[in-house]
Order: sequence, then C-alpha cells, then structure tokens
Amino acid sequence: MAEPLLKIAGADVFYGASQILFGVDFSVEKGQTMALLGRNGAGKSTTFKMIAGLAPPSRGEVRLAGETVSGKPPYRIARAGIGYVPEDRQVFPEHTVDDNLIVGAKKGPRGDAHWTTERIYEVFPILAGMKTRLAGRLSGGEQQMLTIARTLMGNPDVILLDEPSEGLAPIIVQAIADLIRRLRDMGVTIILAEQNMHFCLGIATHATVVDKGQIVYRATIEELRHNEEIKSRYLAV
Amino acid sequence: MNLEALASCLSTSACAVTQVSTALIIGMLLFMVASGLSLIFGVLGVINFAHGAFYMVGAYFAYAAYQATESFAVAFLAGALGVGLIGILFERFIMSRVYGKDVLMQLLVCYAAILIFDDLVKIIAGPEYKMMGMPEAFALPPLEFGGGFVPAYYVFMILASLAIGIGLWLAIEKTRLGKIVRALAINPPMVSALGINTTMLYAGVFGVGSLLAGIAGALAAPTRTLTPGMGLSILIESFIVTVIGGMGSIVGALIAALLIGFTRAFGAIGFPLFVDGLMFAMMALVLILKPSGLLGREPAR
Repeated sequence: MAEPLLKIAGADVFYGASQILFGVDFSVEKGQTMALLGRNGAGKSTTFKMIAGLAPPSRGEVRLAGETVSGKPPYRIARAGIGYVPEDRQVFPEHTVDDNLIVGAKKGPRGDAHWTTERIYEVFPILAGMKTRLAGRLSGGEQQMLTIARTLMGNPDVILLDEPSEGLAPIIVQAIADLIRRLRDMGVTIILAEQNMHFCLGIATHATVVDKGQIVYRATIEELRHNEEIKSRYLAV
Repeated sequence: MNLEALASCLSTSACAVTQVSTALIIGMLLFMVASGLSLIFGVLGVINFAHGAFYMVGAYFAYAAYQATESFAVAFLAGALGVGLIGILFERFIMSRVYGKDVLMQLLVCYAAILIFDDLVKIIAGPEYKMMGMPEAFALPPLEFGGGFVPAYYVFMILASLAIGIGLWLAIEKTRLGKIVRALAINPPMVSALGINTTMLYAGVFGVGSLLAGIAGALAAPTRTLTPGMGLSILIESFIVTVIGGMGSIVGALIAALLIGFTRAFGAIGFPLFVDGLMFAMMALVLILKPSGLLGREPAR
C-alpha cells in the first residue's frame, strides 16, 4: 500500500522543559476530512503547530507524500503543500480582503495554481462583496472565511483548520460548516481540530481523538458516532 | 533674530527661489535617508543607528567611482548598490543576531559599526576633506525660475529623489511584494506559514533601506564636502524627521523632511542661532500632541 498523504510518526513536542505531545501517531489519506478531537488543552493546536513547523518535534517525524518535512522551516513546509489556518483568525487587519488573498497566493507543490482570486470569490461569495474592505473591519465569521480562503490561495495539498467554529454565532458556524463540506466535496484534504464533536459529525469522514498529548482513538466518524464510551470519556463537556 | 532679513528675502524672488531650492535639496536628501530608516524600523522593528554611516559610505563610494570613471551614472550606481549590498551583509551577519534583544544591544552593535566605518574611511580615503565637484554631465547654465537661478544639478537631485520616493511608495502600496512586506511588519509567523521566506525578506528590506541611504550619499556627494563622520548630523536629523513624520510612514517622512528643509533654509536667514532649537522644539511638540508622529499609526490596542 502506498504511503498516506500525511503521516505523523511518534512525534514528541516540548515547550521549554514541559512535554506537550507524547509519541503522536496518525495519518490522513488523500481526500479525507479528518476530525482531530479533544478537550481544551488536549494538544490539538500544538499538533497543528508541529505539522506546520512552528513547534518542531524533538523526536518522531511528519511526512508529506512520503517525504520528511519536519525540521524544515515553516515556509518550506507550506511550500511542500501544508496549509495552516491558525485558531485565532490571523488576518492582516490593515490589508484589504483582496490583498490578504494576494499575500497568500503561491503555486502548489507541483507548480499547480487552480486556486485564483476569481475561483475563491466563486466559492466564497460573501468575500466577493467586500474585496476592498479592510480585513480588520470584517466580522469574526468573515475573518474566519478569509483566513481559510487565504490559505487555499497557496494551493496546498492538505489544510489544517484550527477550531474554525470557535467563538462564532450558531448561524455563522452553520455557514462555515457548509463551506468546509463544499471543500471536502471538491476533494480538498482537510484536518479539522475541534472541541465541538457535533460540528464535526456532519463534516468529517474520519476521527482521531487526542487527550493529554496522546492519541487515544482512531476510527471513521460513523464508528465514533456510536462509541458512547469514547465520547463520554474524552469528549463530553 | 533677523526677521527683517527673512521678510526681505521672501519679498525678492531671486532670494526666495534660491532658499526654496536649498530647502528642497536639504529636505529631499533627508527624506531619502529617513525613509530608509523608517522602512527598516517599520518592518524589522530595529533602529539602524548605523544608517548615517551608510550615507557617508554612499558618498565616498560615489566619490571614488567618479574619480575612477568620471561618469556620474557609475558614481550614483556605486553609491546606491554598494551600500545596498553592505546593508544586506550587515543585516545577515550582525543585525540579525540582535533581533529581539535589548535595544541597548542594537545601539551598541550599530555604534561599533559607525566607529569601524568612520575609521575605514579614514584609512582608505584619508582623514582630510574631499570635494567631488560638479559632475561633467551637469556643467550646464543654471535654470531660471521666476527671477531666481537654480543650478541644474539641484533640479536633477530634487526630481530624482522625488521619483525614487514615489517609486518606493508605489512598490510598498501596490505591488504584491510590497503587500507581503507590510504583512511581515504586522505578523511574521503568519507570513512564514503562508510559504514566504521571511529571513530572506528581512535581509532584502534592510538592503533596500540601506540602498536609500546610499542613494542619498551619492546624490549629496557633488554638493557637500566629504569627511569621515559626516553621517552623524544627518542621522540625528533623520531621527527628528521620523519622529515628526511617524515611524514607518513614507509620506510622513516626506512631509517632515520638507518641514526640516524649509526650517533650515529660511531659518539660516531669519534666526540662524535658533535653527537647531526650532527643529527640536517641533519634534517635542509632535511628541506631546501626537506621540506616534503626524502620519504614524497609533500603537495597537
């Protein structure tokens, strides 16, 4: 069997002297939408920072399409095809919507450029109506869409979405969910870090559960839906 | 105080035109130096105290290249590109090691660089004053503006700096690279996560900022006496300009530099003993009324 698109193998991450991740091990196949679930502080964001190169693993590795990317600087990991959308919607507030997208634009790892600003505005019609508005003036949900769109402009093979529903009104959360489903149906490979399991049930194809910096469960989203023990042990609020 | 002399100069067009042209060349040179300083501070968050030394090196490079080739174009390029290259090397090997350190550390490193550059100039070019003289290409009759005469080189200098300033502004505001540089000034880790080599970009921005100091030095060379240590006074005036105009604002630097240029040119006639005093007083006033400078951004909440 060919190697999965993204493979994290035995990764340890330390912040200073304290260990945050312990031998994290999971993989994502092309076209999957993987929910990375866990409570607040379980290690989801650190897992993403590790994959994106912002918190490199001291042991273990991250492989993308069979090639080791861990240990490279973040910009090389991004160019290799990993698109990272951080949790706190880091738009460039004094750039317009259009300029945010332009800063994110780059060719994909194989020189492909199927995401252009025109295509982004088709998929994100809300943003099309505010191209010249400063990103700092957008609502939280609009900023969330803009950060996703900006990362897509880099034509990544995998996108890492860190808590895209966090702090948004229910109706906006619904719009973000619709958007992610659309991207999934277009064949974009997605890892979705969430505390909110219900948000993921209708979106993800697979689930990985992290707790205290360790992976404790891997399955399809349907198996997780019916596994009351895992849900109550690791995910119940 | 001699306000009568000032009034009589303003009422004779010959004197007024001469002083306006003087104000403009002082202002535009200061704008070139200060906009480089401001660009480097705005993006990298460091103050390049060696910027005045870079201006001096630009003037000496232009002088040496002109002595060797008698071509002002070569002299200009030598000053500009030579100092741009020095800026990149200085950033890569020295300045990048003190990022995020105490500002005193940066000051110390730059002060050491100033002393080294001044001594190198003394060793290589000699401690005595140098005069480059007016380049062959500008040995033209002065141009007349409303009864006053302005040397052709002054007109060239003013237009060249204005064109470079406009080019710089367009590059930062309108090009993709400029948009990336502005994003880098705000959120470097995010820019890096979008696939952009921020280390290289920092070196490039430092290089462009230094290039501007080199251009100013090369443009000033035919009109100034060259001495080791000539960078100090322009460094201090550039600080006044960036404080008044606002750190990181190119348009602010232009307005403030012209303000200083006019203060110097007309103050020399009307209140020669209080020119420096007035410049510092204006800076103090701006610091009291709008600490971020005329066009500077208010600090983020």
